[in-house]
Amino acid sequence: MARSIDVSDVNIYYGDFLAVQGVNMTIRARAVTAFIGPSGCGKSTFLRSLNRMHELIPGARVEGKIVVDGQDLYDANIDPVAVRRQIGMVFQRPNPFPTMSIYDNVLAGNKLNAKRMKKSEADAIVEKSLRGANLWNEVKDRLNKPGMGLSGGQQQRLCIARAIAVEPQVLLMDEPCSALDPISTSAIEDLIHELKSDYTIVIVTHNMQQAARVSDETGFFNLKATGEPGHLVEFNPTTKMFASPDNPATEAYISGRFG
Amino acid sequence: MSTFEEVESRVHVPLTTPRLPRVAPILVGVMAVALGGLVVVLGASIFVGVLAAAVTFLVALPGWSYGVEGRRAAVDRLMTALIWSAFGVAVVPLVSLLWQVVSSGIERIDGTFLTYSAFRTQIDQPTGIYHAIIGTLMITLGAALISVPIGVLAAIYLVEYGNKNRLSRSITFLVDVMTGIPSIVAGLFAFALFTLMFGPAYVSGFGGSVALSLLMIPIVVRATEEMLMLVPSDLREASYALGTPKWRTIMKVVIPTALGGILTGITLAISRIIGETAPLLLIAGAATKTNFNLFDGGMTTLPVYIYTERLDGSDEAKLNAWGAALVLIVIVMLLNLVARLVGRLFAPSKG
Repeated sequence: MARSIDVSDVNIYYGDFLAVQGVNMTIRARAVTAFIGPSGCGKSTFLRSLNRMHELIPGARVEGKIVVDGQDLYDANIDPVAVRRQIGMVFQRPNPFPTMSIYDNVLAGNKLNAKRMKKSEADAIVEKSLRGANLWNEVKDRLNKPGMGLSGGQQQRLCIARAIAVEPQVLLMDEPCSALDPISTSAIEDLIHELKSDYTIVIVTHNMQQAARVSDETGFFNLKATGEPGHLVEFNPTTKMFASPDNPATEAYISGRFG
Repeated sequence: MSTFEEVESRVHVPLTTPRLPRVAPILVGVMAVALGGLVVVLGASIFVGVLAAAVTFLVALPGWSYGVEGRRAAVDRLMTALIWSAFGVAVVPLVSLLWQVVSSGIERIDGTFLTYSAFRTQIDQPTGIYHAIIGTLMITLGAALISVPIGVLAAIYLVEYGNKNRLSRSITFLVDVMTGIPSIVAGLFAFALFTLMFGPAYVSGFGGSVALSLLMIPIVVRATEEMLMLVPSDLREASYALGTPKWRTIMKVVIPTALGGILTGITLAISRIIGETAPLLLIAGAATKTNFNLFDGGMTTLPVYIYTERLDGSDEAKLNAWGAALVLIVIVMLLNLVARLVGRLFAPSKG
């Protein structure tokens, strides 16, 4: 089910502004890849270009190749909606659908795509996804309550359950813990560990300890200067990245001597 | 040591200030009213008396406060008094209007008035406003059936597809212009349109519906647009990230989230047009019989009925007009209550 992603010579634009320049990397299947770097260096922009969410912003476009399962995501014949079904996404702020119950939120991906299914089948998907997101025991008695009534950490896990309910090949996470307290963060990090046996996971984080804890590989993005495009400085296994990085800029950033 | 002196000087900042007694505003108010009463007794009109009382209050309370409490508290009391006065000025005509309509209209309201039309088959048959109630409801329903789909769909285009391009900006501009067109112009438009299509002397309730929908569409567009813009883009992105096409995202995520507000906006737009008179005089004609056919023959609505009865001028007609006005106000009030209820019912719930 999980797929690797081959990225070659990707440039990402907002209108005329080149935001991210010349990214090359291979994201391994069944592994966690983390992106770190200062604010505004294009980590989230790059992440959003991996499932064609970037182009939803008016004027935004992507050049280069992003190949998943032998298909270039930016080929003219590719349907972006189909891409997003295969490559799910969890956002920085938990965003359950306010009009839906917990149950309906988990099934949203299936229901919104008008998939018809039996009640028993739907129940099974809900339970499996909520168990997968470590939320089942907390919400199993109130599946028909609104999703907005949960705590922030629970809402974020509900969003993860919603994303894995459609069984994507890749799961993108854009700073999934930045709005959460340490306990919820730890719950989600445990979850990422469990999910990587089934999914290819890409996570953007500002928290270097988090990158070190959860990821197998790490990419460090940086800006040459304000107004310049962001670029990938270094891409290496996480253990190497945090012990003996190749690039002095990476070491400066990781050790806090960033200037 | 300079630092020691600084600390020493800060110790003496007093946090308590003298305050007026809690009953001060009431006390001053009573005195102001007494003064106003005195002015009236001395022979001035009631209006001058009220004005004298208000001015006295606005001068005396801040003045007293300035002497005791200081400048900031005095300004606070003056502003509070001014805001309450403005509130009073806004509410007094509203209450007096409601009182006038209720007290004049209530005696005419009975079963006969509500269930008989103005058409007499016998010379001694009682008359009522049944035909006008039916006319109002049917013409307004027709206008809503035309305006709601057009208005809501236009708003969806503007918010979800327009992206502030030239077309959407010109539509927004035209909608704003339409909000301001005089209702008689809408009536003339419908009159001209139906005359061109069906020849002269054509009257029907549907023509009235068309005229009213011209007034209603911009309100619906505006209300729906505001509500759709309030839906966070996070939710749209969450839906897209699940592989949902745009149209389905709009249908299943955006509209349900905004539904309460949209329905409230529509209901308020309806209660705005239900009282229109001028365009209906031109195109919907008038009838004394109850007409259930929206597409053929004249139809009287409550506002038009009120207008014609008032023109008649006899005591009985005047009483009819007041009764009809009361019924119209009650209908509008019910609509507003429904709007609030609907808004609360469909609002995204928490907990």
